Amino acid sequence: MKKELKIVVLAKQVPDTRNVGKDAMTPEGTVNRAALPAIFNPEDLNALEQALRIKDSLPGSTVQVVTMGPPRAADIIRDAMFRGADGGILLSGREFAGSDTLATSYALACTLRKVNPDLIIAGRQAIDGDTAQVGPQVAEKLGLPQVTYAEEILGIENGKITVKRRLEHGTEVVECPLPMVLTVNASAPECRPRNARRIMKYKYALTPTEIAAATPDSEFVKVASTKDYLQITEWGVAQIDPDMQQLGLTGSPTKVKKVDNVVFQVKESKCLSCSDNEIDALMKELISSRALG
Amino acid sequence: MANFFLDNKDLQYHLGHPLMRKIVELKERGFAEKDKYDYAPKSFEDAMDNYRRVLEIAGEVCGDVIAPNAEGVDHEGPRVVNDHVVYAEGTARNLEAITKAGLGGITLPRKYNGLNFPLICFVMANEMVARADAGFENLWGLQDCAETLNEFASEEIKQAFLPLVSEGATCAMDLTEPDAGSDLGAVMLKATWDEERQTWLLNGVKRFITNGDGDISLVLARSEEGTADARGLSMFVYDRRDMAVKVRRIENKLGIKGSPTCELVFTNAPAKLVGDRKMGLIKYVMSLMNAARLGIGAQSVGLCEAAYREGLKYAHEREQFGKPIILFPAMYEMLSNMKAKLLGARALLYETTRFVEIYKQYTHISHERDLTPEERAEMKFYTKLADGFTPLLKLFSSEYANQLAYDALQIHGGSGYMKDYPIERIYRDARITNIYEGTSQLQVVAAINHITKGTYLDQIKEYESATYLPELEKEHKLLIALREKLEKMIAKVDATEAEHKGEGYKDFHARRLVETAGHIIITYLLMRQSGEVSDYLTPARTFAKIAQAQVNAAETYIENFDWDQLAAFKQVIDEE
Repeated sequence: MKKELKIVVLAKQVPDTRNVGKDAMTPEGTVNRAALPAIFNPEDLNALEQALRIKDSLPGSTVQVVTMGPPRAADIIRDAMFRGADGGILLSGREFAGSDTLATSYALACTLRKVNPDLIIAGRQAIDGDTAQVGPQVAEKLGLPQVTYAEEILGIENGKITVKRRLEHGTEVVECPLPMVLTVNASAPECRPRNARRIMKYKYALTPTEIAAATPDSEFVKVASTKDYLQITEWGVAQIDPDMQQLGLTGSPTKVKKVDNVVFQVKESKCLSCSDNEIDALMKELISSRALG
Repeated sequence: MANFFLDNKDLQYHLGHPLMRKIVELKERGFAEKDKYDYAPKSFEDAMDNYRRVLEIAGEVCGDVIAPNAEGVDHEGPRVVNDHVVYAEGTARNLEAITKAGLGGITLPRKYNGLNFPLICFVMANEMVARADAGFENLWGLQDCAETLNEFASEEIKQAFLPLVSEGATCAMDLTEPDAGSDLGAVMLKATWDEERQTWLLNGVKRFITNGDGDISLVLARSEEGTADARGLSMFVYDRRDMAVKVRRIENKLGIKGSPTCELVFTNAPAKLVGDRKMGLIKYVMSLMNAARLGIGAQSVGLCEAAYREGLKYAHEREQFGKPIILFPAMYEMLSNMKAKLLGARALLYETTRFVEIYKQYTHISHERDLTPEERAEMKFYTKLADGFTPLLKLFSSEYANQLAYDALQIHGGSGYMKDYPIERIYRDARITNIYEGTSQLQVVAAINHITKGTYLDQIKEYESATYLPELEKEHKLLIALREKLEKMIAKVDATEAEHKGEGYKDFHARRLVETAGHIIITYLLMRQSGEVSDYLTPARTFAKIAQAQVNAAETYIENFDWDQLAAFKQVIDEE
């Protein structure tokens, strides 16, 4: 078994739903993407960190980020390169638009068959959909074993990976043969910061679409076209041989039937002093109302 | 999710100063390395884009990692285990993050794997780190020791040590000893040449050494046997991996508790000589100290920023008598003055940094080729300004760090006195800034020479001759009047001093003269900024009021102070 690994990190560019203001939702009840900054999905960054740690410990290993999204999703591939990834593939095209998790995992699985990695690492879930389905679905479609809720990779030896999983009531250590799919929890170590030297080196990395969209005398295009490592791969349907019926909106059985706006309203509130009596009374009330216990 | 660069418009403004074009040209030597290194800039715009992006990374590490760790580090502090320092857990995490971000060797040449950024960028990063945790700035900011190696050490030493700094090695400057503090000429740590091992060996004790167990130490030691003064001292570099220095203890300090202040025992510690023998104190320590004073300037401004933000936030949140306390005149007056001092201190910090930067770059270029007569004249001009402005910066910024921390704590009232808010830590941390690397009193001793030489007055007249916004006409006239008062004060002090030599009349009033020059200079800097960005108009006017009041106080004091009144102040000497 060769020592170095070919690692793919599945990542998604998502609207930053963590600090939402009043413009975060449209009147129709969908996410107002224009009002929210597009960011690297947080748990995918935890996944990237795990991949980079393997790369650090097994020299010669490579880390590629695969993401499906609009042209501007190339931003997260660059971001990953600033942090240590070797490069990435942007899967883009209108055929993929409107994908639910099933169609997304199908498109990603088709892509990964072409790439043929030793290890696929993804964040547990994205903060826009919160489904946690794409990683496991990719594993199923590729017929690979999967380990979910990973917190730490304890070792990779003899074609086997040992992983600590974070579960509801504790942790569990499991062993799994490679190739496999791993999904990583937010409790795993945070991703390393972007690196000063790498940001200066890779800031010129562009996708073919970005090169085509830029003005011909753009400094970025001039620099990007001179170096191979500055070309971000961009694939469409032509490169992944899919069954068109399983892509995009047609391949997505999920239908949104109704969206309810949840508005939290202030209900009756109570002021307590620090006296033991009042705290005692509060505890009894919470226990009897089954809020505690 | 805080970014200490993106949330600070003032910092971003200073990065865009017009002199940057000249600074970048000097630093990049016509972008000669653009094809040699894949991360070297190709143009001025490319370089500026790099600076902004990298400072943004630094701002993110400060906001997301270092600042949240500050409280834990303050409580835990470093320990001594088996004769070596173990940092607080948060400190170790800070170092890991900042190293992974590639923020080592910011100003070092690319051939040593540095970023080759201007000093301005390093000072900005330093300021942000200090805002996040002033104690951590001490550790990290010491990488400027590498600049002294870069300037004076042999190529062999540079090859051996500088790349380590670029990879994140921490530094220390081992100067102070139990009997040699401000008087470094009394240093006794012994350096002897060992013929057999073909190395210098260091033996003795150092005290109060910040980050004394750092990876790379610059050590001032006595290499000339039988000497007892500055001329017998040389500079050495010691590599921690040789494990010949033990940490005997670390001090329990009032503030900057995350930064280990060590007592060190050297036992046959192998070391390499930096530069020439006997030049240790006379030349190299002076260079180290100037860089360190600029560093304290950055640390102080970072503390000012932190204090102002804490004060402002609390004044908005806290309600008394049915309204937020910021609505009371006593509060908004205090906060407006704090803001003016913060922006003023920062203006002085970057003005000084630019002066230092230009003369340093000419020094480096002069090692590569002969300077033209114009370049030599310019180098001389900026060297003088840098020498004059560095003590002024250290004096004002460190005093302001203390004043702002004091005021911000006052705004918090009783809550500020509790450990529950960050302001109590900032207050303790600020207290060292006007003590170490030369007390405020010693900065005045350095600065008074530039009152005498006319460095400040010449530069004030230079500022005076510039054009300012019509809205600032009143302030411009005021500053001209204040400058005339300064000249009058200097004339009186000099005349009295000449008449009564040796009485100490000038030294007695030195701080009043130096501060008068400083108040005028800072007001001009803020007025100049107002011409470019209107946000500075209000702080410039506010600062002009501070300057007017302070200068008038100094003038009244000196005007009414005859030489024989010194006697009254000397009476205390005889008191037990």
